[in-house]
Amino acid sequence: MKWVARPRIDWLPKLVVAPSFVLGFLFIYGLILWNAYFSVSASRLLPNYEFAGIEPYINLFESDRFQVASWNLAIFATLFIGGALALGLLLAVLLDQKIRQEGVLRTIYLYPMALSFIVTGTAWKWILNPGLGIEATVRGWGFESFQFDWLVDPDKAIYCVAIAGIWQSAGFVMALFLAGLRGIDDSIIKAAQVDGASLPRIYWRILIPSLRPVFFSTIMVLSHIAIKSFDLVMALTAGGPGFATDLPATYMYSMAFTRGQINLGAASATVMLAVVAAIVVPYLYSELRSTKR
Amino acid sequence: MSSSATTLGAPAASASAPSRSLTWQRWLLWAVLIGFAAFFLLPLYVMVVTSIKSMDEIRGGSLLALPHAIDLAAFGKAWSTACTGADCSGLQPYFWNSVMIVVPAVLVSTALGGINGYVLSKWKFKGSETMFAMLLFGVFMPLQVVLLPMSQVLGWLGIASSVWGLILVHLLCGLPGTTLFFRNYYAALPDELIKAAMLDGASFWRIFVRIVLPLSTPIIVVCLIWQFTQIWNDFLFGVVFSGADSKPVTVGLNNLANTTSSVKEYNVDMAAALIAGLPTLLVYVIAGKYFVRGLTAGAVKG
Repeated sequence: MKWVARPRIDWLPKLVVAPSFVLGFLFIYGLILWNAYFSVSASRLLPNYEFAGIEPYINLFESDRFQVASWNLAIFATLFIGGALALGLLLAVLLDQKIRQEGVLRTIYLYPMALSFIVTGTAWKWILNPGLGIEATVRGWGFESFQFDWLVDPDKAIYCVAIAGIWQSAGFVMALFLAGLRGIDDSIIKAAQVDGASLPRIYWRILIPSLRPVFFSTIMVLSHIAIKSFDLVMALTAGGPGFATDLPATYMYSMAFTRGQINLGAASATVMLAVVAAIVVPYLYSELRSTKR
Repeated sequence: MSSSATTLGAPAASASAPSRSLTWQRWLLWAVLIGFAAFFLLPLYVMVVTSIKSMDEIRGGSLLALPHAIDLAAFGKAWSTACTGADCSGLQPYFWNSVMIVVPAVLVSTALGGINGYVLSKWKFKGSETMFAMLLFGVFMPLQVVLLPMSQVLGWLGIASSVWGLILVHLLCGLPGTTLFFRNYYAALPDELIKAAMLDGASFWRIFVRIVLPLSTPIIVVCLIWQFTQIWNDFLFGVVFSGADSKPVTVGLNNLANTTSSVKEYNVDMAAALIAGLPTLLVYVIAGKYFVRGLTAGAVKG
């Protein structure tokens, strides 16, 4: 007779989550569609719902500035993902060697993730500034010909953005790999040691290959961080010199909010969405499917 | 993920391993680890050291040199009198704007995430898994797609360029993540607990309040810390949706540091950066292990 309450309980959970889901779906999918409409409209300085077809996309792909931004993203993402993976993995393996002060070191390696890059970028901009930072310091030590002016060099400034990005995210990668390493069964290592395998060999041949799922999800997360990178560029170079360090995210911002080219901004946002979706949707799909099993 | 994250948060279990003799490999290991620690700490060190130097000392000395005397004047100036353009009220108004945005957005998104997670793990209905997956896409989508239409929506709601608009955007943007946190955490609670309470006649809300919530302290802390850090550090929404008197601290700092005045006061810039970063840095130092759990939960779905 307890089940009298059953019908009430049937609709209540649905009712409880309904507002969140309605608002959440409107926010995500409603605005995605709306943005997509902007991207094929004649909107310039102000929203204009007149249909303009694919013209904004043609203009977008023909725009020099967007081409620079896309190429920058390719350079930045490659260096950023590769660098953060390599450094993060190295730190995780080193910290896995029964280090007495592991907690302290971990805290130090990971703190950049807790701070806004707008905050740490204030210092980075100074460190990388040729007149004030590393260049001036090393020259002050007596190496008068030392040169490090990448931040103001249009061809190299994007490398500065990548260095700062790696600095910010390597600790995060380390945390993921360290968690993965700690999850590996000790007996595998013991068995390999009994067989006389050296420590580097055990890592290289057994432990690191067994972290393949961690690699996979880390690359997913890093690539979507790379595509969304905005603060990093705004704090370090604001896209400059000229638009030499523009990324799609900063391009979108300036078109939509400072240059009065709303349809171009919306079109670039749609392109960013398509790239992220192409990477993330298969990943989400496989993750959710594997948990159902 | 939660199991490995706990391992990560726990003190190194092997710290008391048999002491090894300090071989040269051990020395090298330590040298490399400390070298990287210095690399990671460098910007923070530069900020702290520069903020307590006087301008004369900054001009004359190296960026790495320790200050001759500690001068805290830059902090006072950064807080209350530094100029951004014509406005000379320091970082203070922006800081309080951030507080006003962060507190409601964090509390409401955490509360809603808790309730959603409870339903999505313990009261699953037909289609709830698919709906969750669709909501999860909100964690990954580039926020650039919402900027233009959302500024229209905020205009229609009459809350454009206000603190309320930013609260709403952060709330909506945070919802998928908080739902994910709680859903994954509650999935690990045994279903028998809920079933037994139901047989005793406990209602949906009674089970939540009496049984589920008392077990939720760790995930609530993770969620609060994660949301706090995300929203406090936000720059994109702040720069797009704020008006003259609702700018958050990140935007205030960026404007301050990029103001091209005749005399650039680097010590004030660095002090301002430290003030803007202090709340999240404190939370990280005090409750780092919860922050790491939030970070890793976002990377691997359960």
